[in-house]
Amino acid sequence: MQATPTTPQKKKRSIRSRDVLFHLIVGGLCLLMIYPIIWMISSSFKGPSEIWTNVTSLIPKTFAWGNYSEGWAGFGGITFATYFRNSLLYAGFGTLAIVGSSAFIAYGFARIKFKGRNFWFSIMILTLMLPGQVLLIPQYILFNELGWVNTFLPLIVPRLAGGPFFIFLMVQFIRGIPRDLDEAAEIDGAGRFAIFWRIILPLMQPALITAAIFSFYWTWEDFLSPLIYLSDPRLYTVSLALRSMADPNAATNWGAIFAMATLSLVPVFILFIAFQKYLVQGISTTGLKG
Amino acid sequence: MATTTAQTAAAEQHRASERKRERRETLSGYMFISPWLIGFLIFTLLPLIGSLYLAFTDYNLTSAPEWVGLQNFETMFFNDPRYWKAVRATFYYVFAAIPARLTFALAVAMILDNHRRGIGFYRAAYYAPSIIGGSVAVALMWRRIFASDGVFNGFLNILGVPASQAWIGLPSSAIWTLILLAVWQFGSPMLIFLAGLRQIPESLYESAEIDGATPWRKFFHITIPLLSSVIFFNLIMQLISGFLVFTQALVITNGGPLDSTLFYALYLYQRAFVNFQMGYGTAMAWVLLVIIAIFTAIAFKTSSAWVFYEDEG
Repeated sequence: MQATPTTPQKKKRSIRSRDVLFHLIVGGLCLLMIYPIIWMISSSFKGPSEIWTNVTSLIPKTFAWGNYSEGWAGFGGITFATYFRNSLLYAGFGTLAIVGSSAFIAYGFARIKFKGRNFWFSIMILTLMLPGQVLLIPQYILFNELGWVNTFLPLIVPRLAGGPFFIFLMVQFIRGIPRDLDEAAEIDGAGRFAIFWRIILPLMQPALITAAIFSFYWTWEDFLSPLIYLSDPRLYTVSLALRSMADPNAATNWGAIFAMATLSLVPVFILFIAFQKYLVQGISTTGLKG
Repeated sequence: MATTTAQTAAAEQHRASERKRERRETLSGYMFISPWLIGFLIFTLLPLIGSLYLAFTDYNLTSAPEWVGLQNFETMFFNDPRYWKAVRATFYYVFAAIPARLTFALAVAMILDNHRRGIGFYRAAYYAPSIIGGSVAVALMWRRIFASDGVFNGFLNILGVPASQAWIGLPSSAIWTLILLAVWQFGSPMLIFLAGLRQIPESLYESAEIDGATPWRKFFHITIPLLSSVIFFNLIMQLISGFLVFTQALVITNGGPLDSTLFYALYLYQRAFVNFQMGYGTAMAWVLLVIIAIFTAIAFKTSSAWVFYEDEG
């Protein structure tokens, strides 16, 4: 290579043009990726006269705020206030139950040496591979016998047993915490529960947050379980309500549906923006599916 | 003499306290895992055993289950054309959507594997569809994008291609709209690939470059082998979730048109919870479990041939 005085400048210029090319391609593809989402949000503001005639535009000619009030009114005299409350209850309590118990269980697997530990841990990992569909019908029969159909119990009670994926994630996390703190507390006479509650749990915060976000997402979006267990419209979650509104056999007010669909994504995006770091880390390190 | 007795006594005492300690540890261990253990017995093991029985019965929830032997399986394999349509549609979907999704995820991960400005933003934007992709909201949106007056045709018209067909209404194209929806959500495997790519030492590429390796050679001889365990992991997870696809098919096409998107899980749901054929549905679920187990086993068996673990080499 010949070193001429112009080389550094040349190199700099070629880097810059490569950067521009990179941003053009990646940015363009990025626009394509999020276009559908933006399109739905903008359609939620389009009135019936333009929603399907001005279909590709992302800016409504006139903002039809009415879509939101019409959508919020829901159907059968039940408003979306009820559906959102149900979804929040389900996602909130469901998440609290599964994250709390998973942490408790994970501590047992990670820190206490007891007979049968490896056996039960392997069984738990095996259940990870078990497709939920296999248990769907017998579980339904069980909850039907218990009289739990049309209540939130079948959706929340099984979560008190923790989630294998979250337990696994937390066991890995606890194993990374140095044992010195446990041992010091043990010498001070602290019992197992006190060690878990006062030392391990506060240190587990990142794992707890990651698990909580994923649990909230999966529960918020869950469709199959509410579909099977909740048939009373007063118990509908947002997902069920949206599906009922979009009944293919009836004339459908798509503006109103898009308005409510957009609202249903707001909590998801707020969490996404607030906890992006935890999400990316959770997926990258454990393969948690988002 | 006296000292040895004292020693054995002390040792005896020590062993006794050790045993006591062990017992206490076992007790507290089981206390901590008891929520999972009880839940496992009631919500997993009991239903699993129950379903093994149910698969050989005729049961509609109202009258007692009636033992029918292998009849459910016979009907399924020999007298139910819709069952085979469901199997076919599911395989078609899995084998089109999963490789496409993983290829796309790897390609984008490789493009994003640098430290340019704005990478964090792009990563988030590419991942965004994945966090909302399973929701009913997005499924409804997809239904309208590919409707006859939807935005997809709108763009085709702008490009000068006259198009007015409802893509979700045609048996030939409906399944492809669902495949496209799956590919659109390539975010999670992309993030996993990205983490894997960051682990590959830069020095390997540099020495290959000195040896005059082309980008293709670098890709096939460094990137792919070192990433193979990550690819393998992604493949298994994606295959399992692909076989279970449900919400999108129910909301977007409801199995139609002409059963072209009647995926396995959807047909199972219809049989069990619309027709209340619990026995038949359970039998279907067991066959699905076997199918998934076979694919997982094949992946594991063949993995030694193509998955490269660093500590081996």
